[in-house]
Amino acid sequence: MTYCLKCQDWISQSVTWSTLFLPSQQTSLCDSCNSQLVRINGAICEKCGRQMPSRMICDDCKKWQTNDKYRDVLQFNRPLFPYTPFMQEIITQWKYRGDYQLKEIFTPYIKKEIRNFYPTKSFTIVPIPLTDERHQERAFNQATAIAEVIATHYENSIITALSRKSSHSEKQSKKSRQQRIKTKNPFFLTKSLETDVLLVDDIYTTGMTIHHAAKLLKEAGSPNIYSFTLAR
Amino acid sequence: MNFSKTLAGKLLLTSELPLTKPTIDYLIRTDQLKQLPSITTKYGRYQCNRCGNKNKQLFANIPCARCNHTHLYCRNCVQTGRVLQCDTLITWNGTVPSWSLQAQPCYWTGTLTPPQQKAAQSITQAISTHQNELLIWAVCGSGKTEMLFPAITKSIKERKRICIATPRADVVRELFPRLQHAFPHTEIEALYADSPDRTDKGQLIISTTHQLIRYHEAFDVMIIDEIDAFPFHHDQTLPYLTDRACKLDATSIYLTATPRPEHKRKIRQRKLPVQFVPIRFHGYPLPIPTLKIEINLRKKLKQGTEPKALQQFLVTRSTSRQLLIFVPTIELLKKVADHYQEVAVHAEDPARKEKVDQFRQKKIKTLVTTTILERGVTFPSVDVVVLDAGHHVFDEAALVQIAGRAGRSPGDPTGDVLFIHQGKTNAMEDAIAQIKMMNKKGKKR
Ligand SMILES: [Zn+2]
Ligand SMILES: [Zn+2]
Ligand SMILES: [Zn+2]
Repeated sequence: MTYCLKCQDWISQSVTWSTLFLPSQQTSLCDSCNSQLVRINGAICEKCGRQMPSRMICDDCKKWQTNDKYRDVLQFNRPLFPYTPFMQEIITQWKYRGDYQLKEIFTPYIKKEIRNFYPTKSFTIVPIPLTDERHQERAFNQATAIAEVIATHYENSIITALSRKSSHSEKQSKKSRQQRIKTKNPFFLTKSLETDVLLVDDIYTTGMTIHHAAKLLKEAGSPNIYSFTLAR
Repeated sequence: MNFSKTLAGKLLLTSELPLTKPTIDYLIRTDQLKQLPSITTKYGRYQCNRCGNKNKQLFANIPCARCNHTHLYCRNCVQTGRVLQCDTLITWNGTVPSWSLQAQPCYWTGTLTPPQQKAAQSITQAISTHQNELLIWAVCGSGKTEMLFPAITKSIKERKRICIATPRADVVRELFPRLQHAFPHTEIEALYADSPDRTDKGQLIISTTHQLIRYHEAFDVMIIDEIDAFPFHHDQTLPYLTDRACKLDATSIYLTATPRPEHKRKIRQRKLPVQFVPIRFHGYPLPIPTLKIEINLRKKLKQGTEPKALQQFLVTRSTSRQLLIFVPTIELLKKVADHYQEVAVHAEDPARKEKVDQFRQKKIKTLVTTTILERGVTFPSVDVVVLDAGHHVFDEAALVQIAGRAGRSPGDPTGDVLFIHQGKTNAMEDAIAQIKMMNKKGKKR
């Protein structure tokens, strides 16, 4: 007997032929929670990876493509899950409540899918940083936690090439898109890389954060920058 | 500055202290604050000292950026603020708070019925003799809040600290204004998640049991409402919290209309003192449920065919009362509600509160419901039907509580209670036996 990571209900692993003879699969969610954890499938926006009714570029990405400064900084983003209310609950519990262990919900999905996402394997993994204050308060950086899972798969190193300025610590969600586009870059470079880069974050909302980070790395000499987020 | 009222009896994470770092350091240096380890590990066992969790599966490791070590945190109480192993818990070790002296704190002008008075006396006596525990077995509709007033009055006069704990936030919200009204000069606070009435210096605290996670040896009197609604079986957290919130010589008063088997056993073995309140405040006996068997009931319900027993009941009943129909499952809820074109409500229903309010305002004549309306809610004049009363969700306590929805007002002190089943169960028989026992006790006085 184990507990569901999300709702802490008992998971009763019923003995079936497969559980009897196959190596037991690590179940981290109960059936009810598991059924709510849907993957992005079917057509996507080829830039940000968002689920779309048909293969096309989404409105957010069209805006990035018309912006001269940011048009070429990011190759593309790939997310695993649509940002549903259920996903929002998990991520809230994970990063705001600080329930670090919840990353185990995502680990098997990341391991399974990451290899299909990118045309190269030789990139440096760069997690999106938190401000020092927030990092202390939260005691962990959720982007680093995801990056670590990816790193074990690729045997690539994680390099903290970016830092976040503390004056920009105000909550992103309170600003409108227009405000965000105008916002100054909240990051600064602590190390320039000559390799391709995989940026890692938990959520891709409008793409602001990822584009800001990518721009700095691109200007510092990284040829190709890709990104991975849990949700879009 | 005097911190004793805000900090005495509390058990807080350093981050929850409403104080600056220099003040905290000063209070620790002068031994007014005590630091305790947040998580203890001993012989391979873990314990979270905030919520009492000892279940290893509910601890996890975190690579902590605060102390640069990987260590434990507690997942059991993460909803009320994460406990890191590198954190400390803080308790007050300074002067004892002195609550204001009140000669006559109670402004309630009502009178208690003789059975209420008897219960009130035994509660007051239990507290003054520092009796450990007392269970008040009071039927649904006996008016238990008022029974508490004499003991609360005496405790306030003696400058004691009192807690009323309940599993449900609804109850806290309902009790708070009533107690404020009755004890207008007493510092009262209401604690539930996101409560606007948290003052941090209550002498009388009305709290959900979960919120007691921030208390430690605080109360002289602990009143636990609906003790049978505690999820005792697989969650030891709540009994641990209520226990820890009590001072060592405190008195615990348990209120229930339907004690759990383990409490009943202790009562029989005379290990738990009990006081019955067998009769409702209006003086009328409890309605006794009628049993009606229906062949192939479950099959009929599944097919959406109307059970004959229900049909007969519906045509013969007088329609002056509203009707509550209890069903065992959500699946059945939809079928029955569709069939009769009535409103249905269940626990996850987003419009639950609105629907119940509409029923209370008599805008809806009939409400089909799962067991969520089995307790706590009072409607003045209803008949009650339980469909498939033999289903396992309807245990003895649930059936007694459901039957207790009928006949609540002095204007209409009776009401029909009908259990439709396809085979009598022990739960049904025991529920009826319990109701009859209370009525008999009520008559004897
Ligand atoms: Zn897009
Ligand atoms: Zn805990
Ligand atoms: Zn730490």
